[in-house]
Amino acid sequence: MFIFGPQQQMNLEGYVGFANLPNQVYRKSVKRGFEFTLMVVGESGLGKSTLINSLFLTDLYSPEYPGPSHRIKKTVQVEQSKVLIKEGGVQLLLTIVDTPGFGDEVDNSNCWQPVIDYIDSKFEDYLNAESRVNRRQMPDNRVQCCLYFIAPSGHGLKPLDIEFMKRLHEKVNIIPLIAKADTMTPEECQQFKKQIMKEIQEHKIRIYEFPETDDEEEMKMIRKIKDRLPLAVVGSNTIIEVNGKRVRGRQYPWGVAEVENAEHCDFNILRNMLIRTHMQDLKDVTNNVHYENYRSRKLAAVTYNGVDNNKNKGQLTKKKKMEQEMEQVFEMKVREKLQKLRDSEAELQRRHEQMKKNLEAQHKEIEEKRRQHEEEMASWEAQQRILEQQKLDASRTLEKNKKKKIF
Amino acid sequence: MSSSDVARQPNNGVRPLSLAGHVGFDSLPDQLVNKSICQGFCFNILCIGETGIGKSTLMDTLFNTNFENFESSHFEPQVKLRAQTYDLHESNVRLRLTVVNTVGFGDQMNKQESYQPVVDYIDKQFESYLQEELKIKRSLHNYHDSRVHACLYFISPSGHSLKSLDLVTMKKLDSKVNIIPVIAKADTISKSELHKFKIKIMSELVSNGVQIYQFPLDDETVAKVNTTMNGHLPFAVVGSTEEVCIGNKMVKARQYPWGVVQVENENHCDFVKLREMLICVNMEDLREQTHTRHYELYRRCKLEEMGFKDTGPECKPVSLQQTYEAKRQEFLVELQKREDEMRQMFVQRVKEKESELKEAERELQSRFEQLKRLHADEKAALEEKKRLLEDDQSSFSKRRAAAQLLQAQSFTANGKKDKDRKK
Repeated sequence: MFIFGPQQQMNLEGYVGFANLPNQVYRKSVKRGFEFTLMVVGESGLGKSTLINSLFLTDLYSPEYPGPSHRIKKTVQVEQSKVLIKEGGVQLLLTIVDTPGFGDEVDNSNCWQPVIDYIDSKFEDYLNAESRVNRRQMPDNRVQCCLYFIAPSGHGLKPLDIEFMKRLHEKVNIIPLIAKADTMTPEECQQFKKQIMKEIQEHKIRIYEFPETDDEEEMKMIRKIKDRLPLAVVGSNTIIEVNGKRVRGRQYPWGVAEVENAEHCDFNILRNMLIRTHMQDLKDVTNNVHYENYRSRKLAAVTYNGVDNNKNKGQLTKKKKMEQEMEQVFEMKVREKLQKLRDSEAELQRRHEQMKKNLEAQHKEIEEKRRQHEEEMASWEAQQRILEQQKLDASRTLEKNKKKKIF
Repeated sequence: MSSSDVARQPNNGVRPLSLAGHVGFDSLPDQLVNKSICQGFCFNILCIGETGIGKSTLMDTLFNTNFENFESSHFEPQVKLRAQTYDLHESNVRLRLTVVNTVGFGDQMNKQESYQPVVDYIDKQFESYLQEELKIKRSLHNYHDSRVHACLYFISPSGHSLKSLDLVTMKKLDSKVNIIPVIAKADTISKSELHKFKIKIMSELVSNGVQIYQFPLDDETVAKVNTTMNGHLPFAVVGSTEEVCIGNKMVKARQYPWGVVQVENENHCDFVKLREMLICVNMEDLREQTHTRHYELYRRCKLEEMGFKDTGPECKPVSLQQTYEAKRQEFLVELQKREDEMRQMFVQRVKEKESELKEAERELQSRFEQLKRLHADEKAALEEKKRLLEDDQSSFSKRRAAAQLLQAQSFTANGKKDKDRKK
């Protein structure tokens, strides 16, 4: 009924107009607006709130809305704040998820559990929303990126760092950052970075990877970024005047560490990568990889009779096989029984024939004997009659003679 | 995957903040667009119309190329659909276009079921997508979307009104696909006739409750042009891949003795309007409507058919897990029931067969008994005969013996007598 032809490449002569499609997509996406959920994890005092404020050039965290280090409770919490920011006609609903209390206890075993639970619960919400019969707007609260702050100890990763990243690298895009990079000299920083990357590879931790592109220029840039991982950042809430320019920075007696100076730290790289070039990719990887992993694990565990009935098909075929076997056995037994009956019948027939023959033979025998007997009797009787006749004749002659003598 | 309209979301707990400088997320639409360009786009058009009405020619003209065309006969026993996929390039945009044409539409004497193959095709594409979406391991972002995004319905240029086949077909399709009706071969209608024809068609569509695709008005950039275009529906089109020299340009046109109909002349026909609306301005909206409206409707109906619900028996929202568990339980119970039934039936059959065989055995047994009796009787008869014979034989031998004795006696007696006489 449906005839599909092979795909063909065609060259167009003249104007068609679908080159305008990207613009149509652009317009629609601007109209829809954008969402992004960013998680920041790290011990208190590592400058997380300051960095977020610097990244988004806004007072996300302020005295009215204190950062995680000021909100530590008895146990690790996972809390979110939503802000709406606009720029160039583009609206972004930004959700920042932070974890006050992470790594601050004396005993930090399992302090990642609330984080894992939070991420999973957002996946679950999305899965339920996606699986409803009536789907309307599906708000996307899934965590699309996790900035993990490493303390600038200068030696390597701490056990907590490794544990956390190992447990979360398959659930969320992890971007490890070296916090407060202005406490290390460039050489120390270089050394520290090398050590961290080595340990990350040793423990097979999969941090967020930039996607490959065909564009040579882009690839060059990406390779440059890869060389500088993990990014060492500095954040600041204050603006200082340096050489007539107003910049964000940290004022020290010995100088100003500028946030946006590429020679001072990797902040620019982080901002460009996180916001300006790879934000969409972070969302796509979350949707196509992390969420799909969660979903397939969840659905496989539930075992259902939906559209994917492979397991149930298996059961059905097993049952069918059993049925068939039973049928076969039944047929065989019936056949055996019938055969037996047939044999008995044949036997019966045979014996009957034999018996008949036997009887007939006996019958013939008796007939023969009777015939003989009759013959014998007949001939004897004939003999007897002759004898009788002779006797009679003899006696008559005697009588005759007797009579003659008497004279 | 539909994302929410951020602009329309209720801002509960959401703080609007102002930025102290250029952050850079205004590049987000560009990031999105770049990704789409890398992936490529796909668009599927379904053309419904009678044989020879100009579907293939119009497609060729619209996309400025020569698709593989087969001239169909008028003698198809039933309506078929023929789909062909092409990879097109324009500037840096790659488009995977699938053109689906009906074959034999309107040719049969009984056209009652003509719409069915079309409906089936559209549903099949939805089903395909739904299957992929419901898989445990799925790859939706790689999936080649074959769902029909736009349906061009070709109306015969009779100049009077829609045929009943047209109304029936469009009514069946309007909740499944974006219908864009076009008046074909518009170069056979005069301007005044065309105006009346368009009005008649639109009013018939309205009075029959047929929902055709309306160009969207929610985006200010294009709202104005879309509103104007909505007023020109249905577009009266002429297609041609042949070129005629007008002035010093070669234009697509149809040459008649009385003049030249230029396809791209807006005074002559609405081809340019169709191209603008269908391709340049609203292609993305057509795709979006197909996904968020028509597909969702199909999905909802299908899931409800399969027994999925959003709320449980007490009208409490049921999570996915619960629904699936419940379904699995149902399935297992059903399976068990069927198994028991079959087992019972089997036991029944065995019993029946057993009694049959027993009956046969008994019969055989009684025959055996019968024959035995027969034999016994015959044997008895034979014995009787034998006995009789033996009796006769014995009486005979007795007689003979007696006779012999007598003879012997009389011999000796006669001998004595003779002896006496001789003395």
